[in-house]
Amino acid sequence: MTDAIVVGAGHNGLVAAAYLARAGLDVVVLESSPEIGGATRSQEAFPGFRFSVFSYLVSLLRPEVIHELDLVRHGLLLVPTASTLNPLPGGDCLFREADPQRTYRHIARHSRRDAEALFEYKLEMRRMGHLMYRLQRAAPDELAAAIGDRVAESAEHLDVEVSAEVADIARYFLDLPAERLRGFVQMLTMSSADFLGQWFESDVLKAALSSSSIIGSMLSPRTPGSAYVLLHHYMGEVDGVYREWGFQKGGTGAVAATIARAAQSHGAEIRTHSPVARVLVSDRRAAGVVLANGDELRAGVVMSSAAPQISLGRLLDPEDVPGGAGAGLVERAARWQSGGCAGKVNLAISGLPRFECMPEPGPHLSGGITIAPGLDYVDRAYDDAKYGGFSERPFIDMIIPSVLDPDMAPPGKHVLSCFVQYAPYELAAGSWDEGQREAFGDAVVRTLAEYAPGIEDQILHRQVLVPPDIEAIAGIPGGNIFHGELRLSQLFLLRPDPAAAAFRTPLPGYYLCGSSTQFGGGISGGPARLAALRVLDDLRTADTAGGGSAEAP
Amino acid sequence: MPRRAPQGTQAVQRALGLLRSFTPEAPEHRLSELAAAHGLHPSTAHRLLGVLEAEGLIGRSPDSQAYRWMPGAPGAGDAAPSPRYNGLRPLEPLRTPFHRRTAALCESGAWRDWSGYTCVETYEPTPEREYWAVRNAAGLIDVSPLFKYEITGADAVRLLDRMMTRDFSKSQTGRVMYTSWCNEDGHLLQDGNVQRLARERFLVSAAEPCLRWFEDCGWGMDVEVRDVSEEIGVLALQGPRARAVAEAATTGLDFGAMRYFDLAAGEVGSGAGGAPVTVTRTGYTGDLGYEFWVAAEHAEALWDALVEAGRDHGLLPAGLLALDMVRVEAGLVLIDVDYVSASHAEIEVLKATPAEAGLGFTVKLDKQADFVGRRALVLERDRGPAWAMVGLEVDWFELERLWSEIDLRPQVVGQPASRKPTPVFAPGGWQVGQCTSRFFSPLLKKYVGLATVHADAAALGTELDVEVAVGYGRRRARARVVRRPFFNPARKTAVDPMPGVDE
Repeated sequence: MTDAIVVGAGHNGLVAAAYLARAGLDVVVLESSPEIGGATRSQEAFPGFRFSVFSYLVSLLRPEVIHELDLVRHGLLLVPTASTLNPLPGGDCLFREADPQRTYRHIARHSRRDAEALFEYKLEMRRMGHLMYRLQRAAPDELAAAIGDRVAESAEHLDVEVSAEVADIARYFLDLPAERLRGFVQMLTMSSADFLGQWFESDVLKAALSSSSIIGSMLSPRTPGSAYVLLHHYMGEVDGVYREWGFQKGGTGAVAATIARAAQSHGAEIRTHSPVARVLVSDRRAAGVVLANGDELRAGVVMSSAAPQISLGRLLDPEDVPGGAGAGLVERAARWQSGGCAGKVNLAISGLPRFECMPEPGPHLSGGITIAPGLDYVDRAYDDAKYGGFSERPFIDMIIPSVLDPDMAPPGKHVLSCFVQYAPYELAAGSWDEGQREAFGDAVVRTLAEYAPGIEDQILHRQVLVPPDIEAIAGIPGGNIFHGELRLSQLFLLRPDPAAAAFRTPLPGYYLCGSSTQFGGGISGGPARLAALRVLDDLRTADTAGGGSAEAP
Repeated sequence: MPRRAPQGTQAVQRALGLLRSFTPEAPEHRLSELAAAHGLHPSTAHRLLGVLEAEGLIGRSPDSQAYRWMPGAPGAGDAAPSPRYNGLRPLEPLRTPFHRRTAALCESGAWRDWSGYTCVETYEPTPEREYWAVRNAAGLIDVSPLFKYEITGADAVRLLDRMMTRDFSKSQTGRVMYTSWCNEDGHLLQDGNVQRLARERFLVSAAEPCLRWFEDCGWGMDVEVRDVSEEIGVLALQGPRARAVAEAATTGLDFGAMRYFDLAAGEVGSGAGGAPVTVTRTGYTGDLGYEFWVAAEHAEALWDALVEAGRDHGLLPAGLLALDMVRVEAGLVLIDVDYVSASHAEIEVLKATPAEAGLGFTVKLDKQADFVGRRALVLERDRGPAWAMVGLEVDWFELERLWSEIDLRPQVVGQPASRKPTPVFAPGGWQVGQCTSRFFSPLLKKYVGLATVHADAAALGTELDVEVAVGYGRRRARARVVRRPFFNPARKTAVDPMPGVDE
């Protein structure tokens, strides 16, 4: 008998399955597409050239997930990308290296004050990261209950028991110095341009640092709320060092493969080609799923890693949800802000690109390379999308995976991964047909060529992916890489729905575990871990209560 | 418009360029070679060199066939005789035969002394990329400062069998043997590799000088021991792409057929007529790799061929910091770090037998030949070694726990391997040994270390405490005795190794 079904074999679905299987449950993962991975996917798109199709770097992956699931043994291998190069017009650049003193010298060319301020900024952001590190370890309702307990002793309405760890986290949060709390509120509400303006004067540095505030979001650095997206990217870490990024050997698909191996090592079964039609309900609780082919698979627990439009919309019959909560749930899921805004252009190239600012091969090619030469530039790119077009001169965040892992391309040749903004899900004029896709790809290459002349002649193959492709291939409605915009109205107890904010849904036995739950977004596995732990807690509670609402294994 | 130098200036520039070619390391050059190297017509070069010679800035070789560096000539890169040394030249750091190449690439300016040689510690300001190149692509490491001894003669095998703990009656031409050698008390003097180049010709590589010891052991034998340390340059090419790079950089070698610890001779470069090179499938990284042994005068040609071939495979030159990180992952002991050679251990307790240094597998007590230290090692076998070399591992959650005490995330990543010994304790109890090499492996995401502990604390799975620095404090981290090597990819020993063999 299957104890638990997980819908979706993206990294979060696989993490949830691994945790449940590790606890001894009999778990089946159902994936609609022919391959696992969702948006963590690698593909040999052209012979000899391997791409991370969508997501491309790892930082948010929770250390507890890495070590509790023993992912290193299963193949996790993260090569650090230690530097960031921002090419600028006229052969100039802004280069940030691993060595802080060298970075100081690079930035001092633009502004001595900013070069110095960067130390202070990074220190403050490390402290922010450290705060977020703690918050990420607590389910939002439990944290709210713990804070409620402390502030007003009035959290009875939250049906959750507060663990000692979460009580500690709440205390930590409430005891923060006032200036840190103020910084936290600033980050939840301000635009990143304004937030960064508190430290820096030079436009190029502000633009460079603001890159993390727009990734995956239909926001300009000047849009209020973008500072939170910045914070979201600063809470990542590699081995305890915040704000580090790594490239998984073999591309991000290898991350999914690694987690899948961990899950399988504990006995989880992963079925591809298995689209789920709806959640099966019996006795007013989830009892399994009905597959698209009509097959039924029964289980006491169903977890969905899909976006809310699917999990709370398509998979649920509103009539099935107890207490008449179904209609509101489905309606709110339909209004979930989750339009795609980013495209991916993956290039197979005949040799290393020669950036005008640093033409020879060197360490800069093994780091991130970002085209964001100024705040106006990025804002204009955003304007194009605001009115329904793709950016004519886009923001591009690049890496050259084959420099970090030579197995990604044939010897001497390379793959160039370009994450591009902005590309809206729906175009105002026309649709994302072949012509529009190629025009988008051309805009990217044209922009690249402004900084790396001759790159157009190095291109052997080109893969252009836009939000409808993300939707079709990774199964994310709208193609939003975070399963929903990261903004205050969609965070904490509102993510993805006030009635389903802590992994539980109003339908007993049915849980959410994807990027649309709290702290989701990015290859983190954090929400899935907390969701799985919540399921296991609920099963234990039901067990000790003598066969209450949940079915124990 | 490109600015052209006025005529006179150009001649001065050319002359100075020629003059700079003459260094103590490269004292002699032929006319044709100089003309080619500087892109000059031979007659122009001849004219300029004639002036330099007339001015006493360069000289001629004894056979007058070549121009020669003049000690003390201004601008020739030479240090003037020093009054401090009574007119003798001060003892300068030695340069390996690859120095001109490594120096040109050493952006960090971080150099370290190794047996008197100036060696690159890290080419870039931080060693991370060099470390990852070894694990993920290929790294090129200049290990020329090793001492090298050629042992030749009818009694060569007899001498080695007498000195070494391994059984050299079983050694084969074309193979390398890793061995220990001990003093009469069975205490380790050194460990090193022995190449059998021919029936009666061996090459021993060692970290410390041992000519006298070898000669004394061979007293009365028909054997010659020659110190060839400065004649041979050694490059270690290590990493998953090592084979592809080695193949592209050499001729006449069958890398598919070459087994772990095999040895073969070939030529540098892709065409015939390249410099002769000996290749061994050995290394100090625990990865797929080869070491190239080349006459010093061909060293730069070898370097250039490997770097050129490595361009398409992500090859990076790697310094000693990266080497030290990967060798700890490989669980390989280092003399005078993980054990003290009996030749300079002042007190008994510092000395170690091969078994105590984790090298028990190199001791063949049942071999035919008697060997130095055998009697003591037989006794040790009977009563059991007192100490053992173990691998220690501290897991991530333990690191998180310790650092959370001072409200920090573990500050362990990005630090080079430490060689400062730190105490190892029974859990919550007395000291049972010391951890001598350790670092946080970014590959394994664990803190790993080599430790010498009491033999009864050495069983796999034993829990021990190791002292670690946490902020300003000292804490005991709970560690576990684990198998060495910590990292042991299949490609290291795979037959016919191909990229991706470990996937």
